[in-house]
Amino acid sequence: MTAFFDMGGHAATVWPAYGVTIAILVVLVVVSLRSSRRRHRDLERLERETQEERSP
Amino acid sequence: MTPSFHRLANPARFQKFARRALPWSWAVAVLGLGSGFVWGLALSPADYQQGDTVRVMYVHVPAAWMAMACYALMAVLSACFLVWKHQLAGIAALAAAPVGACFTAIALITGSLWGKPTWGTWWVWDARLTSVLVLFFLYLGYLALAGAFDDRSRGLRAASLLALVGIINLPIIKFSVDWWNTLHQPASILRAGGPSIHSSMLWPLMITTLGFAAFLVAILLVRTRSELALWRAEALMRRHTRDVP
Repeated sequence: MTAFFDMGGHAATVWPAYGVTIAILVVLVVVSLRSSRRRHRDLERLERETQEERSP
Repeated sequence: MTPSFHRLANPARFQKFARRALPWSWAVAVLGLGSGFVWGLALSPADYQQGDTVRVMYVHVPAAWMAMACYALMAVLSACFLVWKHQLAGIAALAAAPVGACFTAIALITGSLWGKPTWGTWWVWDARLTSVLVLFFLYLGYLALAGAFDDRSRGLRAASLLALVGIINLPIIKFSVDWWNTLHQPASILRAGGPSIHSSMLWPLMITTLGFAAFLVAILLVRTRSELALWRAEALMRRHTRDVP
């Protein structure tokens, strides 16, 4: 197990490479999903409001 | 262009397609990346020369491929937007740019980490590394241009033009290792005569590549739907302020 984490003495190369990759992908997903949810909520509200004003 | 691709130019059809394709692409992405990373980190053999540093390949190479594929897609979409005025194509290109920038960043950072023990340096200004850095700046330039105008459509047109001009960089990246003397090794997968790496390393590489590709599809669908919502909201707002002064 220790040998696995040691990566043949190259732990400082291998682990950061995977860490950075996963971190960037996760941040991209979180940011994209969040802003998508916000924009869809705003759009729905806007659609409701303009509907109401057109047919009071 | 195939008829089925053409049909997606209609936003309503695109939404339907996205809703159906999203769960599948997320599932393949999670499974492919998960199993590929475990395979690459634990099950695949160390290289007889590079030792365990070769494991960086399973993130570095697919990320670099996706960075280029994403740019090619962005350029094709930009062309559809400029030539045929397909607004959905332009919006999809805009949604793709940050994704491409992220993949390029991953390729650059993991390459730099890999270069230190292998070449003895984090960075050299050789043709492959420099042309990929240019790719990164093309993505950033595209995003900066797209956001530089009050009128979003005008910004998108200017950015689309840059995306088209920048496509010249893709063959430069691909063939940089053949045209110039570089520290970066030449192609070992997509080359005449077939892949030159052993199947014990080729398989995990293909699985992670599948995972990265599915991730690309999923995140592009999410972001394009998100951009569509924003553009539609702004169109509604414009119409609203015109109708109700």
